Amino acid sequence: MRRSWFLTIAATLGFAFLYAPIISLVVFSFNESSLVTVWSGFSTKWYGALLADPQILGAAWLSLQVAFVAATIAVVLGTLCAVALVRFRRFRGRTMLAATVAAPLVMPDVITGLSLLLLFVAMEGIFGWPAGRGLMTIIIAHATFCMAYVVVVVQSRLTDLDLSLEEAAMDLGATPVRVFFDITLPIIAPALISGWLLAFTLSLDDLVIASFVSGPGSSTLPMVIFSKVRLGVSPDVNALATIIIGFVTLGVVAATLLQRRSRPKHPLP
Amino acid sequence: MSSHDTHHAPPPRPRVWSGVERALAAVGISGKALVIAAPAIWLTVFFLVPLAVVFGISLTIKQFGRPPYTPLLTNEEGTVQLTLHLNNYLRLFTDQLYVAAYLNSAKIAFISTVITLLIGYPMAYVIGRAPDQWRNILLMLVILPFWTSFLLRVYALSGFMRGNGVINQFLALFGIEPLVMMQTDFAVYVGIVYTYLPFMILPLYTNLVKLDGTLLEASADLGARPVRTFLSITLPLSMPGILAGSMLVFIPAIGEFVIPALLGGPGTLMIGRVLWDEFFANTNWPRAAAVAIAMLVVVVIPVMLLQRAQDAMRDKEQAS
Repeated sequence: MRRSWFLTIAATLGFAFLYAPIISLVVFSFNESSLVTVWSGFSTKWYGALLADPQILGAAWLSLQVAFVAATIAVVLGTLCAVALVRFRRFRGRTMLAATVAAPLVMPDVITGLSLLLLFVAMEGIFGWPAGRGLMTIIIAHATFCMAYVVVVVQSRLTDLDLSLEEAAMDLGATPVRVFFDITLPIIAPALISGWLLAFTLSLDDLVIASFVSGPGSSTLPMVIFSKVRLGVSPDVNALATIIIGFVTLGVVAATLLQRRSRPKHPLP
Repeated sequence: MSSHDTHHAPPPRPRVWSGVERALAAVGISGKALVIAAPAIWLTVFFLVPLAVVFGISLTIKQFGRPPYTPLLTNEEGTVQLTLHLNNYLRLFTDQLYVAAYLNSAKIAFISTVITLLIGYPMAYVIGRAPDQWRNILLMLVILPFWTSFLLRVYALSGFMRGNGVINQFLALFGIEPLVMMQTDFAVYVGIVYTYLPFMILPLYTNLVKLDGTLLEASADLGARPVRTFLSITLPLSMPGILAGSMLVFIPAIGEFVIPALLGGPGTLMIGRVLWDEFFANTNWPRAAAVAIAMLVVVVIPVMLLQRAQDAMRDKEQAS
């Protein structure tokens, strides 16, 4: 079993590489010194500084609002699009729709951001809407690129779905809309939830697209973090990162435990 | 009264949806058309039209004012004139900066993808072959960074590699001089590998977990050494996973902005960063638009065609 020694060491080093920077960031968030890399004693003062920083709190609130609304729009439109692509086998423009919805997945963020900004500027010049840029334009931009991810998640669930339930409901005289809301929607609900969470996370994480389409006074959390980090290391960003990592860890651990309970053999879809 | 009503069981189900349907049908719109139209209109307005606008503005030139580019259409004494400038595209070819940035982005993305594969493959293999109770934990350890903020992970890495960072403090314990890692191309490679490693491991894992262990045993029983078994069985069978994972790393890496901006030096030329600087630092919107269109033609469209070919191949395999 010499080969498995090699594999074990390689995998251990790989996980160490993934986690060492995160762990050191968490440890130094409790450092007293403002020099982020020299340990000088335990302190939670950076957490206090974080909660007293109106710029970070305001940006966090804006980001949460954007992510909530954008994820919701993305799930509604993405589900409609997935239903159209999976259930309506033939319609004019199907290939076009499939290609267009998949394109944001391979589009570099800088192009998505630039193109939407130029659109908003041109529209403002022609129609007078949107007047200026801010919350609304960031939501539109995020909903557009997140929608592609929702379509992928919902599409794979719809493809696996047993058609006989829907057919039975149709045979019993239910209208297609009724079938969708009473049968299809409850069955694909888990996919909608994972799609929404994915969209929410992607929106909260986006720096590049938001930088293009936001206006003065509407900086999202990643934009504030980026401008702080660009100037050097700042200990309150360490504290903020630790809080975010804490939430993500709780969420992922809870999701893994729930999935293990419902499907003991297969931890992932 | 109520006792009389119960004779009419079962109670009528809500008729809201069929009512909505009838109302729409009366106007001549079918539910099906509406389902298709909603996402199609959204994508047209906020995805296709913007790309057309970018193309239009790439044919103008920078001017001072709002908006900071010359108009495409001008109205002079009743005649509408269309003015197109090709200067931006000519500059892309003649100015060494742009050509070098495109080539360098492709080089950095390619090399990082190969390194990510070399690190991710053994990890995915170990997770795929691990006993059930271990597999869940290891998989969770890969998914966790996947959901954690990308920007914060790049930041964590920069704290790790900087002049007085953890690595150099560790080296100092052995009396080794501090290494200069930040603001170099090396840091950009490490950054891409670090942030995209989970994207490589997950598709590789889904592929390797399905690998039939009896094939490996048969190969070993027939006297093949582990390396031979790997090269002639495991590697060919995991090709779809390798391709999927590599695409997930290469595509975002080539247009990357955050990693070269935070970890790279002033000399780290990558096309995403060049576009950003044209737009934000030089406020040359037409030039940035031309860079975007060139990127679309050189990078995005080939990648989309490649993916389509890959999907078609997979569908064919599944059908046979």
